[in-house]
Amino acid sequence: MTSNSSRNEPLLVRGLLILVALTYLGLFLGAPLVTVFAEAWAKGPEIYFKALGQADSLAAVRLTLITAAIAVPVNLVFGLCASWAIAKFEFRGKSLLMTLIDLPFSVSPVISGLVFVLLFGLQGWFGPFLAEHGIKLIFAVPGIVLATIFVTFPFIARELIPLMQEQGREEEEAALMLGASGWQCFWHITLPNAKWGLMYGVLLCNARAMGEFGAVSVVSGHIRGLTNTMPLHVEILYNEYNFVAAFAVATLLAALALVTLVAKSLLEWRYAAELNSVKRA
Amino acid sequence: MSVLAHRLREPSVIPGFGITLGVTLTALSLVVLIPLSALFLKAAGLGFSDFIATAFDSRAMAAYGLSFGAALVAALVNLFFGTLVAWVLVRYRFAGKRILDALIDLPFALPTAVAGIALTTLFAPNGAFGSVLEPLGIKVAFTRLGVILAMIFIGLPFVVRSVQPVLEDLESEVEEAAASLGASRLQTLWLVVLPSLLPALISGFALAFARAVGEYGSIIFIAGNMPGQTEIAPLLIIIKLEQYNYAGATAIASVMLIISFVLLFVINRLQHWRQSRMEGR
Repeated sequence: MTSNSSRNEPLLVRGLLILVALTYLGLFLGAPLVTVFAEAWAKGPEIYFKALGQADSLAAVRLTLITAAIAVPVNLVFGLCASWAIAKFEFRGKSLLMTLIDLPFSVSPVISGLVFVLLFGLQGWFGPFLAEHGIKLIFAVPGIVLATIFVTFPFIARELIPLMQEQGREEEEAALMLGASGWQCFWHITLPNAKWGLMYGVLLCNARAMGEFGAVSVVSGHIRGLTNTMPLHVEILYNEYNFVAAFAVATLLAALALVTLVAKSLLEWRYAAELNSVKRA
Repeated sequence: MSVLAHRLREPSVIPGFGITLGVTLTALSLVVLIPLSALFLKAAGLGFSDFIATAFDSRAMAAYGLSFGAALVAALVNLFFGTLVAWVLVRYRFAGKRILDALIDLPFALPTAVAGIALTTLFAPNGAFGSVLEPLGIKVAFTRLGVILAMIFIGLPFVVRSVQPVLEDLESEVEEAAASLGASRLQTLWLVVLPSLLPALISGFALAFARAVGEYGSIIFIAGNMPGQTEIAPLLIIIKLEQYNYAGATAIASVMLIISFVLLFVINRLQHWRQSRMEGR
């Protein structure tokens, strides 16, 4: 960094700006994070672990893990296909396609849940058909998974597309000329080149999949022990004034967030060059 | 298929266009496009007068007013402080800068329900911040101010993350030239730095705004949810759904979606127009 006098403010101004920034971030980011852990441990470790060990809490953890275990791989396959098609080929309607992939980002989570109720709910389009065949999607696990896939749909594709576009297709073309098959090309060239961007996308996708609240709340029906994910369980406990238990479950989610942030930062520092196009997109 | 593919795209030796684009379009249609069009078809089936009556009654109008108004205030706050934080992170050196930089993305990683209960606990009348503010006559929790605060939290990363890379790439020569030609530091910032940040500022602002408008999880705990007072539009959708009023929920959701899409489209055009004008000079 060039510390030229014409690009630098006086020390006092610098100090003041840093102080304002620190206060702002401390107020809005630091304080809520600290509060989660402080409230959870307020009554001691015994009560904390007891709250976590309840059957309903464990069921919520299990459902959250199942949901992410389905939603993330689905979006991974989609992301790889979309980025291969978009980055390696020129075709008409490409920018429209990219806009449509980003669409779930600009839809309220509540509306993301609502659309599935309109499709598969009892009053929905396929509702009567599903009811006749005894299939329950809404207020059941499949609805939760569907809503989660919708909300996290753009995450991996969005990281991969700019990265693979930047890397171009010369390497793949060379390999194909030398007689490699399409699959070999993908496994030995494209995937290794994109692996850090891929991990980055999976990380963000997973954090959102495990933490999604609004969309899941609409389709879940809030049946304790059956259709409650961790974020929904936090809400129920909180609304029952069971604050320690609510914050205890919340610490697990906050820990997930912290792990995500640390892993993300490590990726950004280690592989800055490989990820540059992603950050800039 | 191959004839069609040839007409739609430029020829390439790389295989797999048909299958990857096919998977992409199928997944996009099933997960995003069909569910979203279900919403609009349902809304279209309501009939014009019914739609107007449910979508624009006084309670709904108050909810839109709060969702869009509070989101505007929150995005403006984030525009100012986000730029400041980005500036501090890019230009100054201080201890703990990397940790702070990593922490910026907390609102992306922390599940919204967790943020919601933490903010509510902090700003409740007996909370760490609330107990200080309450004697001063400032009520945050269960008021509109609380809604704005939660929206500030959720939108915090957008402006920082869109301004940061542009600020990093800004060439020092431009500022030095301005300074050597006799511009004061403030003049340089206002007339040289700010115009080059403008596209990033607009997109950061728009993203923060769009996110805040649709946000649900972090707001409902701190809002108090009084109809007509502190009831956000996404919550009203959920309330209608819980009353099995699918038509009402659909009407409000489609109004919100249309406004969000139009806003994003306008901002997108604005940015394109600016960029092409900047490049033209």
